[in-house]
Amino acid sequence: MRHRVKGRKLSRTASHRLATLRSLSTALLKHKKIKTTVAKAKETRTFVEPLITKAKDDSVAARRHVARHIKDKEVVKELFGEIVEKIGDRAGGYTRVVKLGSRPGDGADMAILELVDFNSVTDKKVKTEAEPKAEKTTKAKKSEQPKAKVKEEDVVEAEVIEETKEETKAEESVSEETTEDKKEEKK
Amino acid sequence: MAHPKRKISKSRRDKRRTHYKASAPSIAKCSNCGEIKLSHRACPNCGYYAGRSMFVPES
Repeated sequence: MRHRVKGRKLSRTASHRLATLRSLSTALLKHKKIKTTVAKAKETRTFVEPLITKAKDDSVAARRHVARHIKDKEVVKELFGEIVEKIGDRAGGYTRVVKLGSRPGDGADMAILELVDFNSVTDKKVKTEAEPKAEKTTKAKKSEQPKAKVKEEDVVEAEVIEETKEETKAEESVSEETTEDKKEEKK
Repeated sequence: MAHPKRKISKSRRDKRRTHYKASAPSIAKCSNCGEIKLSHRACPNCGYYAGRSMFVPES
């Protein structure tokens, strides 16, 4: 039974999942519209929306709370300024997920996740007709940025692990020996 | 350990498999361009969904 089991694991460890959601949220707030898998889009939705709600209260505490997850200072500024201004009185439901069908290659269900009040599609259309090259470069940046952020997080984690490893090594070797002894006894 | 007493005959095996069927995808006509698309998905031809442009097709 999976009663009352919330959320998706996205085939990731807890830290990896958090990093993914953070970078996806940052990308969404930065670009207002991102293309990911349906699962990630839906999961990101439950991650950003509370942050946006939090941002309606323009206090230092709220800013710090949001900045804990959104690591890009410029994006935090934009969220507390432009985005909250546009969202206005909307009581939740700031994002929209539209399915796109399956991705060639691995067949993953893809979707577009966007901020509801930023209907920049019509604006984008005008832009693409004027300068299609600029559009492409922004797309490339989209895919690069979240990856880089995940890497940074991983590095930080790795350093922490290395420090703790030396301490635990001695303990581990002792525990391994005891388990081996037990196995031999069983045989 | 328990084991099957008899080999499953081709007949029994195939009877079991009569319920393994492929289902046709649910298809709808795009309300914007009239092209056939998957329902509940944005149209890959024009990038529209629910009367709203979601993306601009490449070509």
